[in-house]
Amino acid sequence: MVAGALEETRRPYRILIAKPGLDGHDRGAKVIVRALRDAGFEVIYTGIRQTPEMIAQTAMQEDVDAIGLSLLSGAHMTLFPQVTQLLKARGLERVLVFGGGIIPDEDVAKLKKKGVDRVFGPGTPLSTIVDYLNASIGSKAATSKPKKATRSKAR
Amino acid sequence: MPVKTGSDLSERVRKGDIAAAARAMSVVVDERPEADELSKAFFPYSGRTQKIGLCGPPGAGKSSLAGRLIGFFRKQGLKVGMLAVDPSSPISGGAFLGDRLRIQEHATDSGVFIRSLASRGMIGGVSHTIFGAIHVLEAAGFDKIIVETVGTGQDEVEIGRVADSVVSVTTPQLGDEIQAMKAGVMEIGDFFVVNKADIPGADKAISDLKGALALGRGHAPKPWEPPVLGASAASGEGVAELGRALERHWNFLRQSGEGKRRLREQHREELSLYISRRAYRDAMRRVSDKNLDDLLEHRIDPASLGARILRA
Repeated sequence: MVAGALEETRRPYRILIAKPGLDGHDRGAKVIVRALRDAGFEVIYTGIRQTPEMIAQTAMQEDVDAIGLSLLSGAHMTLFPQVTQLLKARGLERVLVFGGGIIPDEDVAKLKKKGVDRVFGPGTPLSTIVDYLNASIGSKAATSKPKKATRSKAR
Repeated sequence: MPVKTGSDLSERVRKGDIAAAARAMSVVVDERPEADELSKAFFPYSGRTQKIGLCGPPGAGKSSLAGRLIGFFRKQGLKVGMLAVDPSSPISGGAFLGDRLRIQEHATDSGVFIRSLASRGMIGGVSHTIFGAIHVLEAAGFDKIIVETVGTGQDEVEIGRVADSVVSVTTPQLGDEIQAMKAGVMEIGDFFVVNKADIPGADKAISDLKGALALGRGHAPKPWEPPVLGASAASGEGVAELGRALERHWNFLRQSGEGKRRLREQHREELSLYISRRAYRDAMRRVSDKNLDDLLEHRIDPASLGARILRA
């Protein structure tokens, strides 16, 4: 058998951390980026003030396994569903979408209906997020039914 | 979505389908079993597109300059593919791929494709699978390809075996002429750009670089003398000059035998990476726990064991 220490590990999961909208407070997003990097993920950060289109397009080009949306301005009910919708239009429903920030409990259920897989409130231990991603990424990719992607051509 | 492989995926890439190119890129950089098939399908389209390498120390402004260059090419109606490599952590295996953040203004431009790559243990500024990633961009029909290295500064010479045109990016106040005389990246630059030329010390940095380059200059002019350019990625100053110089270099490469010579070196490097990866992986699969116990008990030495495993 292959010695444990020499065995090839699975490929690192790729995560996009994005800040939609006009809110410029990205310390939380950066803490998540750092924690995921240290947990062995390949993390891409978009920076602040991203439109849903920029986020969906970036997720497609980077072929990520999950997207984390961070928002503190209160616009999550508008912006998060726009992102999930644009992902769907690109055939990317297999991509796990999670959110964080200042999001009232009553909005969480509504967001879930609109394709946001999980919302993490303030004070969530970083290990909870890491464990969630490790457990969920493989299973979501396996269960989501592929639909024909809207093909975008380079012009 | 299950990974679509084989002719379907490669055909979609050929038609310029960005989603397919993104998927193919994953197959290649993750070295999945289907990667060889894609490599075969894409290789016929390789070698026709100028590959521009950007190297230089962290914080020199490589990504921002790349963003400006993309803008320059887009104004000419050229499609641009870019690979941005950042380091993987040797401890966790994770990576923070932060180059893209500087180039997000092009995120929704359908004529631009940017992919962040982690170095995944490769030293020298690129990743083991960089050639495969380049072949995806070549097959997808991009007109210019930009490869941004990790940014180690002094010895990112691997980019010289990957790119056709190497742009070495530096900034004012990073060192004197002695720094510029050192071996490594100074030997492979086809262009030297002093970025952040709007801050004090740019003129001195430019003259130090010119001085260092002049030391190696003989009496007969070389067919290509690396220009030293000042630029500011922040304001866009000097970017058009760099863009035009890149075009001149590409013409030089195509008209002289140098382009072909470099391509040959690139193919040699790609083959060498493939063989070393494959041979290493296959050999390591044959290493057993018992082998390690034998070493621990001094029943065999690493050299004899290694030779035996390689022969197996």
